Amino acid sequence: MTKPSTRNPILNPSRRALLRMGGGIALSAPFVSRAWAATTEINMLAWYGHGEPDMVADFEAANNVKFVPKYYAGGDNMLALIAQSPPGTYDIILSDAEFVQQLNLAGYIEELNPADYPFDDMLHADFQQFPGHWADGKLHSLILRGGHLGVSYNKNAISAEEAASYSCFWKPEVKGKVGHFDWHLPSLGMMSLYNGNGANLWDIDDAAWGDVQETTMGLRQQVGGFFDYGGTFNSLKNGEMLAMCGIGDWITGVLEKDGAPVGSVIPKEGGIQFTESYCIGKDSEKADIVKAFMQHMLSPAGQVKSAQMGAYPGFCVTKGGRAALIEQDPKEAARSHQMEGMSNDPIALINEGRIHYRDIPKQQSLEDWNDFWSEYKNA
Amino acid sequence: MPLPNRPKTTFSAYAMTWRLPIIVWQLIFFVGPVVFMVAMSFFLVKNYRMTEAFEFVNWSKMMSKGYFWDSYWHTIWIATLATVCAMCLAFPAAFALAFKASDNTRRWAIFLLIIPFFTSYLVRTFSWFVILSESGVVNAMLGYIGLGPYTMLNTTFGTLVGYLTLTLPLVVILQTVSMANIDKTLIEAARNLGCKPAATLWRVIIPLSKSGLIIAAVFCFILSFGDFVAPFYLGGSQEPTLPILILDTTKSGQQWPRAAVVAVIMMATLFTIAFTAIALAYRKRASK
Repeated sequence: MTKPSTRNPILNPSRRALLRMGGGIALSAPFVSRAWAATTEINMLAWYGHGEPDMVADFEAANNVKFVPKYYAGGDNMLALIAQSPPGTYDIILSDAEFVQQLNLAGYIEELNPADYPFDDMLHADFQQFPGHWADGKLHSLILRGGHLGVSYNKNAISAEEAASYSCFWKPEVKGKVGHFDWHLPSLGMMSLYNGNGANLWDIDDAAWGDVQETTMGLRQQVGGFFDYGGTFNSLKNGEMLAMCGIGDWITGVLEKDGAPVGSVIPKEGGIQFTESYCIGKDSEKADIVKAFMQHMLSPAGQVKSAQMGAYPGFCVTKGGRAALIEQDPKEAARSHQMEGMSNDPIALINEGRIHYRDIPKQQSLEDWNDFWSEYKNA
Repeated sequence: MPLPNRPKTTFSAYAMTWRLPIIVWQLIFFVGPVVFMVAMSFFLVKNYRMTEAFEFVNWSKMMSKGYFWDSYWHTIWIATLATVCAMCLAFPAAFALAFKASDNTRRWAIFLLIIPFFTSYLVRTFSWFVILSESGVVNAMLGYIGLGPYTMLNTTFGTLVGYLTLTLPLVVILQTVSMANIDKTLIEAARNLGCKPAATLWRVIIPLSKSGLIIAAVFCFILSFGDFVAPFYLGGSQEPTLPILILDTTKSGQQWPRAAVVAVIMMATLFTIAFTAIALAYRKRASK
């Protein structure tokens, strides 16, 4: 009589059991991979943060899709990445608004149907016909969010009254403590505003451009460094820099939420708005699901996610989104002034004419501005 | 006087078999990219896309810009400063390890000097933020004796600290190895013949370890000259170095061909310095 086996088939399997399990796993592999393959991958080209779980996880779970983000830094970098990739590589592109025209002219993006999106719910009329998003009456890009750039400062070193003008960058007490976000466009745009160019800040003749260069050079002795996103963040946080030119709440907002004594205001000379917009990549085979994602992000729930985005905050562009933010996260709504009647309400600032949409130079080339920026850094 | 018979050079398939991998490796991963980079410096950028061309516009553009030359001389200056500092700081430590420490201590010391290379240079650079910032460790300690706070980040000093973080362990190792290989009987002979310690150092130890010391200096200069991390993060991009200029050039307008011009000039400079230094290191002393 054979002794009954006391062997646990799972923890201590016999050779035969092991072969049986292995065979089972091997035979089931095609079904497992088929189940995985059913998840649709959406290739996204965006600024950092837009493809992170806080922005896309809910949509991914609800629609069995997976976002594969490729992050860029700067519109030039975005255009180069698209130019060097075959058509259809990117299904969704998050672009700065001023670069949408170039995307469209190069044929990198699909036309959108305005009826698919809540244009009636926009907080401001400008957002319905945003410059560059439309060409020949056709829509090519959908506004998602925005943010304002002005004076960013340490509240222990600069008072709110002083921060009401770009002249605070020249304050003797902050000599060597003024930083620049290392991109010529916002910083030189601010210098153009400081020179009184107002709404024409990007459309200046050579004489005015010369004045902007002179004003900027005059700031050089105050400057303590030129920083990328991480460097800007760190230098403001540890107090190495007490004022920062070229940024706004998109950086100080993150620090402020963390308790740092920093803030951003739009000075009397005016501020600049960055605007982020979605486009559907040319020849994308996933245009339908991308459209659904864009509709989701323009819904109140999506707009709240965008306003709370972990990487950097932005303001809502729809009425529904703002109402939902006030209801669900009144603290953030108040911090970012997204409540009617608050000073520095982003929409009120646009209405007052104090905000100018970020653009590229009209009478000079981007190269001219960039060359000057290199000279300035070396001065 | 008849020339001595030289061995006849013959093609050896066996020897070539062993040499071939390194030749192929160099061709694929060094010569090829360098040739492409030189060719790229003549390309043009149209609509953010590089197009093949043979135009000198990138060269004339970069050569005529004052900011390029400012960056060039600044990079040479700060890399030279880092080399001098690293050589001076490393020498006493290397001397002690080579002549005073036991074999076991020297082995441990070299092992400990290698350990920093196990970690990311970027992480090591970021750790200096905690130490050098105005509310950091150094200023806190200086504060106890009533000094400071001093601005150390976003300055040339910050850049220098970053360069030394990268190069100092390597320089100490190279100096130690070159001095440890000196025949100790020559030093003893110098001392027995009445040579004082300082004279022994200048007339025996340094000349005998000259090759190693020069190689250490060359490595330090090359690493500092091409480093992007230290001047960007610890120097705050104040007075940009050439690696930062490359980044700036590619960031706006995707001007990779102009960045290639900067890179070619950097390589030409480093080749010149390295070959000159190596020639100096292995030059035979003229017979009297």
